[in-house]
Amino acid sequence: MPAVSLTVNGKPVKATVEARTLLVQLLREQLRLTGTHVGCDTSQCGCCVVHVDGKAVKSCTMLALQADGANVLTIEGLATGDKLHPMQEAFRENHGLQCGFCTPGMIMTAVDMVHRLGHELDERTIREELEGNICRCTGYHNIVKSIAAGARAMKGDAAPHQAAE
Amino acid sequence: MYNFTYHRASGLRQAANLLAKFEDAKLLAGGQTLLPTMKQRLASPSDIIDLNKIDGMAGIELKGRNLVIGAMARHADVAASPVVQQAIPALAALAHMIGDPAVRHRGTLGGSIANNDPNADYPAACLGLAATIITTKRKIVADEFFKGLFETALASDEIITKVSFPVPKKAAYQKFRNPASRFALVGVFVAKRPSEVRVAVTGAGASGVFRVGEFEAALKRRFSPKSLEGLTIPADGLAGDIHGSAEYRAHLVGVLARRAVAAAG
Ligand SMILES: Cc1cc2nc3c(=O)[nH]c(=O)nc-3n(C[C@H](O)[C@H](O)[C@H](O)COP(=O)(O)OP(=O)(O)OC[C@H]3O[C@@H](n4cnc5c(N)ncnc54)[C@H](O)[C@@H]3O)c2cc1C
Ligand code: FES
Ligand code: FES
Repeated sequence: MPAVSLTVNGKPVKATVEARTLLVQLLREQLRLTGTHVGCDTSQCGCCVVHVDGKAVKSCTMLALQADGANVLTIEGLATGDKLHPMQEAFRENHGLQCGFCTPGMIMTAVDMVHRLGHELDERTIREELEGNICRCTGYHNIVKSIAAGARAMKGDAAPHQAAE
Repeated sequence: MYNFTYHRASGLRQAANLLAKFEDAKLLAGGQTLLPTMKQRLASPSDIIDLNKIDGMAGIELKGRNLVIGAMARHADVAASPVVQQAIPALAALAHMIGDPAVRHRGTLGGSIANNDPNADYPAACLGLAATIITTKRKIVADEFFKGLFETALASDEIITKVSFPVPKKAAYQKFRNPASRFALVGVFVAKRPSEVRVAVTGAGASGVFRVGEFEAALKRRFSPKSLEGLTIPADGLAGDIHGSAEYRAHLVGVLARRAVAAAG
């Protein structure tokens, strides 16, 4: 079987996979990083969003072999020890989740949004940028609030959360 | 997904040779259409030839009066490119309207037009701007490239390398999104070129993207939304499905064409 080597949350990883193994399957089933979720089989829900070389992508729509040599950051790589990433903390404080299934994808999408668009995100921008993330529970309202707050909080946050990028 | 043999191409020639060698081979670009299709088992290629590690396929540059974009340019890169925003802002705006941020980080120009989904956005831009599609074998003008639903003029062993878009005087794209998929239920691309006006429609045609000659002639006389008042297109030959009837789509074509002309200024 083909081999793949990559960096996941700052650590080098080697694995053998089938050609058809998706990146999300490598993360969840082989590396046991089950924070990244699978919510659909049509590439539409965004529960599986991770960062590959610093960009948000749907890990269900990329082959594991395509991540060879890449730097992957998953939800497990955001916190520093027991200290949550400011975006995670903002979701907690603003009640940005109910069942929590969509949350890892929401947070990875949100952090990518801040990297691209900065710390002052208006409601309209956040809603537009959430196009590819579906939540069955919250009605999005508190997710939008969480992201606006998390984006601002990331400004004052000097900790190297994105070490893996 | 059924299994397959994976080939990471390091150059175009190698990719073209592999594509010619295996009967059931498929090129993999952004994977944002091919992988979902394979997951549904609607496609089961024997071999996948990955274009992502080939250097020099994602360039964006202005060459004289043409904006030349590599086939592997991602939607997000086209949307964010200052060169595109300056030369053809309507094209940058269109790329920004495709899918969602994660899809735009992976999906490519070449993959979109090779796929020729009847509801995709880029085909409207290519036809509306009179683009030329450059492949490993030849140059194909957009008018001869799109051949119907998911059909193009590409041979089975041909690879798109770049697309050349002549810079228009003005252009705009208006997209009416399908509220569920966010693809275009109907999209209209209007361009005023030195020699002609083009109106290209995606989403509405029963056999893919098409031009509206009557609208083009009226706009050539005077480039104003007023020129289109009272003009309609027949519902015959348009797509009708659970998302919208052919009559509804015909109506949208008129509305979006007027809005696009207004937006082009
Ligand atoms: C959730 C979601 C929403 C989307 N929304 C939209 C939307 O609003 N509008 C829209 O237009 N599209 C949309 N798409 C489709 C998206 O734009 C795809 O990126 C695009 O259609 C295919 O490009 P790709 O690079 O991903 O190609 P792939 O999926 O890798 O390939 C598609 C096909 O093209 C062939 N191919 C790829 N590159 C070449 C080449 N250089 N030469 C010849 N053949 C090639 C492949 O073999 C394959 O058959 C959406 C997709 C998803 C998953
Ligand atoms: S699991 Fe990846 S988009 Fe739904
Ligand atoms: S919190 Fe349950 S799906 Fe979003």
